[in-house]
Amino acid sequence: MANMQKNKVPMPEQDPKIRIENFQEVTLGYNDEDAMLEAQRCLQCKHRPCVSGCPVNVQIPAFIHAVEKGAFNEAYQIITETNSLPAVCGRVCPQESQCEAKCVRGIKGESVAIGRLERFCADRHREQANNQPITQQTRASNGKKVAVCGAGPAGLSCAGDLAKLGYEVTVFESLHTAGGVLQYGIPAFRLPKDIVDYEIQQVKNLGVNIQLNTIIGQTLTIDDLFELGYGAVFIGSGAGLPAFLGIPGENSCGVYSANEYLTRVNLMKAYLNEYDTPILRSKHVAVVGGGNVAMDAARCAKRLGAETVSIVYRRSEEEMPARREEIHHAKEEGIRLQLLTNPVEIFADENGNVTSMRCDVMTLGEPDASGRRRPMPTGEQMTLQVEAVIIAVGTTPNPLIRMTTPGLETNQWGCVETSDGVTTSREGVFAGGDAVTGAATVILAMGAGKEAAQAIDTYLKSKEQQG
Amino acid sequence: MFRIVKKNILNETTDHITVEAPLIANKAKPGQFIILRTDEKSERIPLTIAGYDKEQGTISLIYQKIGHSTKALGALMEGDAILDLAGPLGKPTALDGYTKVAVVGGGLGCAIAYPQAKYLFDHGCDVTVFAGFRSREHIILEQEMKACCSHLHVLTDDGSNGNKGLVTDGLRGCIQQGETYELVIAIGPPMMMKFVSLLTKDFGIKTFVSMNPIMIDGTGMCGCCRVTVGGKIKFACVDGPDFDGHAVDFDELMRRNRMYLAQERGPGRDEHCNLLKQSVTITQD
Repeated sequence: MANMQKNKVPMPEQDPKIRIENFQEVTLGYNDEDAMLEAQRCLQCKHRPCVSGCPVNVQIPAFIHAVEKGAFNEAYQIITETNSLPAVCGRVCPQESQCEAKCVRGIKGESVAIGRLERFCADRHREQANNQPITQQTRASNGKKVAVCGAGPAGLSCAGDLAKLGYEVTVFESLHTAGGVLQYGIPAFRLPKDIVDYEIQQVKNLGVNIQLNTIIGQTLTIDDLFELGYGAVFIGSGAGLPAFLGIPGENSCGVYSANEYLTRVNLMKAYLNEYDTPILRSKHVAVVGGGNVAMDAARCAKRLGAETVSIVYRRSEEEMPARREEIHHAKEEGIRLQLLTNPVEIFADENGNVTSMRCDVMTLGEPDASGRRRPMPTGEQMTLQVEAVIIAVGTTPNPLIRMTTPGLETNQWGCVETSDGVTTSREGVFAGGDAVTGAATVILAMGAGKEAAQAIDTYLKSKEQQG
Repeated sequence: MFRIVKKNILNETTDHITVEAPLIANKAKPGQFIILRTDEKSERIPLTIAGYDKEQGTISLIYQKIGHSTKALGALMEGDAILDLAGPLGKPTALDGYTKVAVVGGGLGCAIAYPQAKYLFDHGCDVTVFAGFRSREHIILEQEMKACCSHLHVLTDDGSNGNKGLVTDGLRGCIQQGETYELVIAIGPPMMMKFVSLLTKDFGIKTFVSMNPIMIDGTGMCGCCRVTVGGKIKFACVDGPDFDGHAVDFDELMRRNRMYLAQERGPGRDEHCNLLKQSVTITQD
């Protein structure tokens, strides 16, 4: 008998007043009863619209059915057939525009909480597994070496799938920690780092070797990798180059790219006193942008002691690309949404420290190329008194690989060109994730990594047949 | 982990270490840098590669123990290991095709200027080195520099080595005596690079300077190291670290380098660091 409640089973959360003083996870997850009750809301539709909304085709009704029966381990196995990072995706996927957007229950009420259930299965499995010794699941090697550039979501999923197929995989990571945006970008209160570490350990348990502190394009080039005997290379180097606004005053002290701010906080642990990493703990902070990264930066600033944090966004709340849950949580935490506002100049004192930011007041006109209504200046201006400005208006792919790889075609934004989504213009070189699409989501990058693993397998097998 | 195979203490604040890093040694070129993290809780600090030996698979680094993280690095001894080391980063200095160059180093900047002078000299270029230090006790690399240039001028702020003056004085003197340089390479504290650049601009001599902003990743990811060059934002880590000295906004660089000064912990921290000085007495004759 289906649970016909219109709303999702609520998930417990830390009280906003308490959580703005810590970096522990905001949402606390379902218990067994909550999960089974929520699973009963799934109608087990035969045409499975939710699956078509998932970039990696998680068998959603099947795993939810297993949860409903209390077969949590079975549910986990069903998810991990197609998704190697379920604890991550359950937390950071934009479900409301993917699987849950297609859910039939969403027509009259809230969709089934697919993301929360996915997270529940992964967390429950991890809690059990943490009590058991680590088992190496290394398969017999087929003797062929593949190199993966970047230990983010695309690279890790590609590496995991290739290892399962018997390849000897080395992942080259430029930073001192694997995980890419999962480590440096997404804060611990949204994605606890022990979860990321666990998921990376799972990939290592498959026999994947991760070589840190190695920058492809500097330490080694793609051509060096072929000389070292790698038969194929996957580029999953992401989109890490931050965009700035190009307005006067942007190099003042106290103006951060969101990448810098979040890296200082998340990767370099500036919020913990025992770490040397410095960061400005400003009282009044503006964050420019309307995506998840802007929300993350704003909520970090709040936790670092800011009295006022304003999200400055040139369109209205409806057009914000952030997950609805993040906007909701940000508002609960007292983050102000300064909508229809577009910065034009940042002012600083004689020492170069930010004092204020002048903005145009905007209005929405006709829809633009993105389908969203175009923001236009009204002629009015306003000034925000702030000591720090965090710019979160997007990123583009890092240029180091394209600058050092002859014959690798890229487009005008620096994204790697592919013929079929993953095959590049260089033989034996494949690419996926943000390096190809520009900044997108964790799940799309993982999907591309898996697709590339298949393409690499096909390529290396056909090459072997040709002798 | 990256093992320290040799350590020389050059003076009370400055160490010279040789570190096992074969991949980096294999690729390193003059002007490039590395980023290291001494231990789990340290900052990532950029240091220019002071030398490299492809056969031994080692690089050498020279640093001043002035901040929390460089002091932690300074506490490591021969045989100890640095937790993380990544590089080589940045673009190599474009040094080919010159026949007469002046290399100007200020203090620790000499550690960066030395491999450039050596490369030029080894490739048949006439090299004049102007090396400036606070006092006689702070002089580093004198023998090394002497071995890789045609003329070496060592100057001290206090005259304790018998040659009082700033590097700008030495350079101006030679230019006024009729020396002609195709290129001046100036490496040292921003204030020194600023004044060398002002001087060479007057004489119309092409000038490279090596930027030393605050960095995190060193691969273009954080944008922390942005500098204004010719009115445009450049990232020192991937677009540099060398830029046209006549186009760099040094005042902005100095302001940005001071951004975290208020957060420095402990007394005396950074008192020796010329990177952070806003005012230096410049003698204009």
